[in-house]
Amino acid sequence: MKFSLSWLKSYLETDADLDIIVEKLTAVGLEVEEVSNPAEVLKDFYIAHVVEAVQHPNADKLRLCKVDTGKEIVQVVCGAPNARTGLKGVFAASGTYVPGVDFTLKPTKIRGEDSNGMLCSERELLLSDEHDGIIDLPADAPVGASFVDYMKLDDPVIEIAITPNRQDCLGVYGIARDLAAAGLGTLKPLNVPTLDGAFDSPVSVDLKFDDATSDACPMFVGRYIRGVKNGPSPKWLQDRLKSIGQKSISALVDITNFISFDLGRPLHVYDVDKLNGNIHARLGQKGEKFLALDGNEYEVTSDDCVIADDKGVLGFGGVIGGEESGCDENTQNVFLEVAYFDPVRTAMTGRTHQLITDARYRFERGVDCAFLPDANAIASQMILDLCGGEASSMVVAGAEPAWQKSVNFRPSRVQTLGGMTIDTDTQIGILSSLGFAVERQSDDLLVLAVPSWRSDIVGEADIVEEVLRIHGYNTIPVAYLERPDSVAHPTLTMGQKRARAVRRQMAVDGLNECVTWSFIPEAQAKAFGWSDPMLKLDNPISVAMAVMRPSLLPNLLTAVSKNADRGQKSIALFEVGNQFENDTPTGQSLIAAGVRAGLKAERHWQGGHQAVDVFDAKRDALSALAAAGAPVENLQVFRESSGAYHPGRSGTLRLGPKNILAYFGELHPGLLVDLDVKGPVVGFEILLENIPAPRGKGGKTKSALDVSDLQAVERDFAFLVKQEVEAQNLIKAIKGADKKHITRVGLFDVFAGKGMADDEKSLALSVRLEPSDKTFTEEDLEAISGKIVAAAEKAVSAKLRS
Amino acid sequence: MTDLSALEKDVLDAIASAASLDELETVRVGAIGKKGSVTGLTKQLGGMSVEERKEYGPKFNMLKNTVAKAIDERKAVLEKEALNARLQSETVDVTLPVNGLDQGSIHPVSQAMDELAEVFADMGFAIAEGPEIEDDFHNFTALNIPPEHPARQMHDTFYLPENADGERKVLRTHTSPVQIRTMKNQQPPIRIIAPGRTYRSDSDATHTPMFHQVEGLVIDEGTHMGHLKGTLEAFVKAFFEVDNVTMRFRPSYFPFTEPSAEVDIQCSWKNGELRIGEGDDWLEILGCGMVNPRVIEACGLDSAKYQGFAFGCGIDRLAMLKYGMTDLRAFFDNDLRWMKHYGFMPLDMPTIAGGLSR
Repeated sequence: MKFSLSWLKSYLETDADLDIIVEKLTAVGLEVEEVSNPAEVLKDFYIAHVVEAVQHPNADKLRLCKVDTGKEIVQVVCGAPNARTGLKGVFAASGTYVPGVDFTLKPTKIRGEDSNGMLCSERELLLSDEHDGIIDLPADAPVGASFVDYMKLDDPVIEIAITPNRQDCLGVYGIARDLAAAGLGTLKPLNVPTLDGAFDSPVSVDLKFDDATSDACPMFVGRYIRGVKNGPSPKWLQDRLKSIGQKSISALVDITNFISFDLGRPLHVYDVDKLNGNIHARLGQKGEKFLALDGNEYEVTSDDCVIADDKGVLGFGGVIGGEESGCDENTQNVFLEVAYFDPVRTAMTGRTHQLITDARYRFERGVDCAFLPDANAIASQMILDLCGGEASSMVVAGAEPAWQKSVNFRPSRVQTLGGMTIDTDTQIGILSSLGFAVERQSDDLLVLAVPSWRSDIVGEADIVEEVLRIHGYNTIPVAYLERPDSVAHPTLTMGQKRARAVRRQMAVDGLNECVTWSFIPEAQAKAFGWSDPMLKLDNPISVAMAVMRPSLLPNLLTAVSKNADRGQKSIALFEVGNQFENDTPTGQSLIAAGVRAGLKAERHWQGGHQAVDVFDAKRDALSALAAAGAPVENLQVFRESSGAYHPGRSGTLRLGPKNILAYFGELHPGLLVDLDVKGPVVGFEILLENIPAPRGKGGKTKSALDVSDLQAVERDFAFLVKQEVEAQNLIKAIKGADKKHITRVGLFDVFAGKGMADDEKSLALSVRLEPSDKTFTEEDLEAISGKIVAAAEKAVSAKLRS
Repeated sequence: MTDLSALEKDVLDAIASAASLDELETVRVGAIGKKGSVTGLTKQLGGMSVEERKEYGPKFNMLKNTVAKAIDERKAVLEKEALNARLQSETVDVTLPVNGLDQGSIHPVSQAMDELAEVFADMGFAIAEGPEIEDDFHNFTALNIPPEHPARQMHDTFYLPENADGERKVLRTHTSPVQIRTMKNQQPPIRIIAPGRTYRSDSDATHTPMFHQVEGLVIDEGTHMGHLKGTLEAFVKAFFEVDNVTMRFRPSYFPFTEPSAEVDIQCSWKNGELRIGEGDDWLEILGCGMVNPRVIEACGLDSAKYQGFAFGCGIDRLAMLKYGMTDLRAFFDNDLRWMKHYGFMPLDMPTIAGGLSR
């Protein structure tokens, strides 16, 4: 919402200067976004006299002007058709910045003739689009005087942001009321003329709605004015509209625009001679069309509230009028519409037809529904004043929608809710000046009648806000929440602590944290197992952001690809975020996923030119699980994984046969081709919510440490097994061979080839044995070794290599 | 009879001239080995008289001891020389770069969330969470944003398809639905913050379709706007790690709060760097207010008894202001160069004792 300082002062009697007004506007909730003053850009433009204008010797369309600037006579080459001897114009000397053409003038030669400065058009000064000729001022304009002073352009324009609840401030009058309430001056009373209709309107208005939809347009107040003359509007009105960037069109149109911005009251004027019969407000019918004032044709729906004549639709009520019934320079008889349109229906019509207009903006926020006859009188009088003619008596259809509201308000709430003590009389003063009728029922109870222009006020909390915002939020004293009289308690849930630990651990392990979009392209979603149509956005911002991700991997792979394109050789990324299985609250699950691509590490003189492999991903997964507090020692590796991975180079980490805690592996090469990612890439996904809560035993103390000082022994074993035997099973069998003494089983060699059958491999393990109460004897060690070999044989048919 | 002094001289000379441990060993074996010249002297004792034995026995022994001592001394010298020679030969270029120091990094959004958690934990706020795919009730209706209300246009919402019941889920447009879920599931007193991902159909230089917000909620029987001011002031000072900050509370409008306010902090921009707590500029950082009684009622709580405040603010923006990133879109571009530059070291965990940042 834009307005000029002088416009504001037409309703606010105040001594306050611009800075104070600007500060107060923001303080009462009308946030100032910009203050500009056209005078500042035009301060170097002066009134000058063209002493002589003659034809340029070398150019048909140019003239040589001798210009008296008030200080000197300069020569200016001018191309304007109206440059003539004796003209009083607006002059910019060399060195002046001309805003409309965005350059600074320099002395120059045009077709061989000196030109010093410029005689300006309105467009060059950003005053209008007028560029047919230079500005032609009255003959009595004082040469050498400031153009800004002469034109009274020194009028700052203030632009404020209006929150959706404050329709009352979409007119300058409402803004003045707020400022007056805040102590910045006196609100001038609105002058509502009394009009005696000279005749009865020959046009009638009919509201044709059934009971269910009668709120679409509950009231329509019209007036017929005959014999008007629709010329240009007077300068003051043009200036008002131009000051806020509105075009002046004709007196009748300018009047409706002016009242919209002045009083926040949109209205419409029909050229009666273009109407067919009477006016109806009704719902649209499918198939109806009309040409709107914006030049577009609209197809009406049965949800739109339209204004029609006997023949058809004229316009959308509260949104836009029709071209065919609009006023032009030949208009002689008009019908004025001041109606109330339902905010929701107006908003829907605007949205359906993608129409954003000043009228819609106001109606959809709910205009003052008790301000119809008065607005009609003000507008009618203005038409009579500016266009002449004779007014009929008022045509009233329907009645004001019920708007009366009262609120019981305890002034003590300003303290108990607002935290600020303000005495009751002050509160009453504020509320009265905002238009509330206040009835004091007891010390702590006011009954407030809410003014018709404040449909946003519903209860006590709203009143607290009104009192506080006018009194000033800055006056509310700071208070502090009560603190417990102990050290702050931990506040994170177990899940939150886990996510935190995993994040830090993955970064320690060399992975870099990404944050990627939660939505991915449909093709990628399909490739990663998406099927639920309920997870596809109806209105994605682009096809690349269409489906809620079933996995974190696709976006990480895209990031791999982008980083590889940027020349990164060793890429390690992770993300912690939700993936989606369905659209219910339980359908999202928190995942920690990571990928590594390219080299394990950048090339180095000690070697390390190796590509990443599945075991990097497995280590990452185990490391993250350990950080999350999962019982890593008890996990089993299963060799089947999800379709995202290479079937022979991937696995799952499970607790028991069913509970999957993690997937890991080399990403499926086919998938990488589809995603245009160069492999190999390895990755993992941790299902954080599947990690069981640790079995608490109450206290924080750990069990006593039980170790022996006796000499431990390492024994190595090499077993021959079939190729398909899983190392995990051999290790598990050995660990179980003598749980009391075997404390570690390490696998240090895997070999296949010479000296064994094609379907065999050798696994070499070192076993650490710790004695419990006495040093091992040779017989003890033999016995344990025997148990190990027997267990290996039993579990996986392993044979000790000799 | 051997000339003892000549023998002694020969042996000691040989020891002194041994150039290596190996040569010295040869000398040792030749002198005091089993068949050595000095060892051999004792064999002569057998053919001697008692008196002679008394005279020569100690002499032989003394000679043997002298030789042994000389060998030990020479050995020590040679060993030291050998070590020095070895150390010389073992020199490496210790300026060569080492391997395996590559640390990963923590995204600034995660870091900022951890900082928020720390600051608010100190003030007794727990962390609440909720689904990113929300229903209309939690995202709008319960927050006093009825269908078709113009306020809904403030949020450019992402919609999911209509289900069999005619209901349409949305991607939450703010973290405020977590307020609703918390109030429905927990009796006051309530103190929570709810950080998380939020979505709006908006994409330009300063907006991304996904971003992060943190919501705060306090509900009890006596919390008022003064507490809101105090809490936010404490938060801003702690988060930005400054001793003083000037804040401006401006009346504003949110359907879910009444009274409502927007909060600006005073700041200055010097050479593109933001300084908080000084200067003439105002920077809008969050929206807040007293929870609208209608919202409290929608959660099944008695609005005559319970009241409190709520606030919401953008985490990405907080991180940008604190750490100087200028482009929001880069947060989601996942460029390793950006992550390594703006990311945080894994063990830079914000704490109250250690400070939020280095």
